[in-house]
Amino acid sequence: MGNPKTLFDKIWASHVINTQDDGTCLIYIDRHLVHEVTSPQAFEGLRNAGRKVRHPELTLAVPDHNVPTTDRSQGIKEEDSRIQVDTLDQNARDTGIHYFPMNDLRQGIVHIVGPEEGFTLPGVTMVCGDSHTSTHGAFGALAFGIGTSEVEHVLATQTLVQKPAKNMLVKVEGDLHPGVTAKDITLAIIGRIGTAGGTGFVIEYAGSAIRALSMEGRMTVCNMAIEGGARAGLIAPDEKTFDYIKGRPMAPKGAAYEQAVEYWKTLPTDDGAHYDKVVELDANDIIPQVTWGTSPEDVAPISAVVPGPDDVTDAGKKKAITRSLEYMGLVAGTPLEEVKIDRVFIGSCTNGRIEDLRAAAVVAKGRKVAASVNAMVVPGSGLVKEQAEAEGLDQIFLEAGFEWREPGCSMCLAMNPDRLEPGERCASTSNRNFEGRQGRGGRTHLLSPAMAVAAAVTGYLTDVRKLEIV
Amino acid sequence: MDKFDTLTGVAAPLPMLNVDTDMIIPKQFLKTIKRSGLGKNLFDEMRFDDNGDEIPGFVLNQPAYRNAKILVTGANFGCGSSREHAPWSLLDFGIRCIIAPSFADIFYNNCFKNGILPIALPQEDVDKLMLDAERGANATVTIDLEKQEITGPDGGCIKFDVEPFRKHCMLNGLDDIGLTLQQGDAINGFEAERALSQPWLSL
Repeated sequence: MGNPKTLFDKIWASHVINTQDDGTCLIYIDRHLVHEVTSPQAFEGLRNAGRKVRHPELTLAVPDHNVPTTDRSQGIKEEDSRIQVDTLDQNARDTGIHYFPMNDLRQGIVHIVGPEEGFTLPGVTMVCGDSHTSTHGAFGALAFGIGTSEVEHVLATQTLVQKPAKNMLVKVEGDLHPGVTAKDITLAIIGRIGTAGGTGFVIEYAGSAIRALSMEGRMTVCNMAIEGGARAGLIAPDEKTFDYIKGRPMAPKGAAYEQAVEYWKTLPTDDGAHYDKVVELDANDIIPQVTWGTSPEDVAPISAVVPGPDDVTDAGKKKAITRSLEYMGLVAGTPLEEVKIDRVFIGSCTNGRIEDLRAAAVVAKGRKVAASVNAMVVPGSGLVKEQAEAEGLDQIFLEAGFEWREPGCSMCLAMNPDRLEPGERCASTSNRNFEGRQGRGGRTHLLSPAMAVAAAVTGYLTDVRKLEIV
Repeated sequence: MDKFDTLTGVAAPLPMLNVDTDMIIPKQFLKTIKRSGLGKNLFDEMRFDDNGDEIPGFVLNQPAYRNAKILVTGANFGCGSSREHAPWSLLDFGIRCIIAPSFADIFYNNCFKNGILPIALPQEDVDKLMLDAERGANATVTIDLEKQEITGPDGGCIKFDVEPFRKHCMLNGLDDIGLTLQQGDAINGFEAERALSQPWLSL
């Protein structure tokens, strides 16, 4: 035995092909996910240079950002969106990568499809031209977002030029209160470390509250590692991980699965391994979270009031808060529960999985969306949609007055027609509350699926724990 | 990729924290299948109003900064989405160097792939360059990558760090993929070993 190693150290070491004098490494990439927005220029670059995709079988592509979430039988109406999806269709056909086209049952948000198919595995390196690739860290995969030039590099070489990250441990111990979810954990962590707190790090999430989460919950936590500045989040694989993977279409089968599990069991961080930074949270202290500003670090417990520039000392932060409040149309000191909302969006790679829809349906059951609110549920994939319909969740949502849509990224970033109008205020289960993210002038409050339903039925940001569950 | 050795130009001040890539290039402009032509949409929602007219107060709309080649800005620049459209739009506008106290990781990487030099400096150095930049067209700054020096309008000099490999690629305008393909034997060897040790990874 050498020095004790972290989960990150182990995955990194097992993927280094060579190291230069300045520490820059060439690392092998086991799995590559592709979507239509960040890949066309990469395929074009390959064509222009006369290069081939080195391992088409290690790449999985699916259109998600531009797809309509309404009836798709007529195709995509917007010409630029249609061209982008058609370009992916063509590139997938030309190169032989795995591909789920828009009308395939398995189509969905790339970060929901990867795990569903068993494409995501512990101990692998995995990349995508999408910052929320961190999601797959829930399986103990080193997964991170890359730019289009790097997409092209991976397609051509199945490798990337990278420097190792530093190790950060975020430990959440204790039991969550009822009504508090993985989303609240991940928002509370970002509130603590700030939106740049994880820059240069890979965050490993550990502690009893993390271990107690389902795989879906763990994906929600890792999904937002990037919102804390970390390119990747990681959670040690365990029996829950192995059970989730078993039997999925692209996962190893039979003896290969057993052999893989034996290896996966060696991945968790060794006792005494060094972390460059450690942050600890008590799960008991976390109550439902909601953002009030235009950065994910602008987050507070639902019981709080909107903060103001006087609450901070740093001049840059004062300015940022002033700008945020003006954009958000909020006044410092207003109780968050008095903030009236117009729209509700349930979905995205953060909260578009079956567990999220179940949690939302529990609150929606027997209630009605407030007359002043337009609310929609967008399943994360065709398979999530099918499962939800088999469980009757769609009927609960429809009876409550929610729209029930086709799968895709939808109003998380509003590249398709699902978007906010200027000034509209949305309770959203997505991951970014940036200015204009959900539509120019739109105002986003990030929260959990259960909290989103609470907002939909009352018309205001609401502590879901005040609603009786029937 | 164009080489980057020295750059002399006007620096534009953008004193904001956490400028995210949605601000740099909003998603409605990501529907292109090309890398070119995005400069006109750089900072679109801060630069233009709902009618598409210029917002006079925005720095890049002011006469002194219309041809800026350098941006001086706040911490955590480029956070959020991995979209390479952000450096593409900056480059297309004419920005080839960004100076800030810190950068988000993915954006920082993406800059080097496109011949844009991101320079992280201590806050007090950024504050000094921000004051210089606010002087407008008189505030010409020179960046020398070989020497790793920034020379301000008053002749003051600030040293900066850059990783040796990135510097080498920038100075020579090298294509990463071409370099990596030269290591084909090492990659083949790694794959052969992996096929034996972790056979379940093959698909």
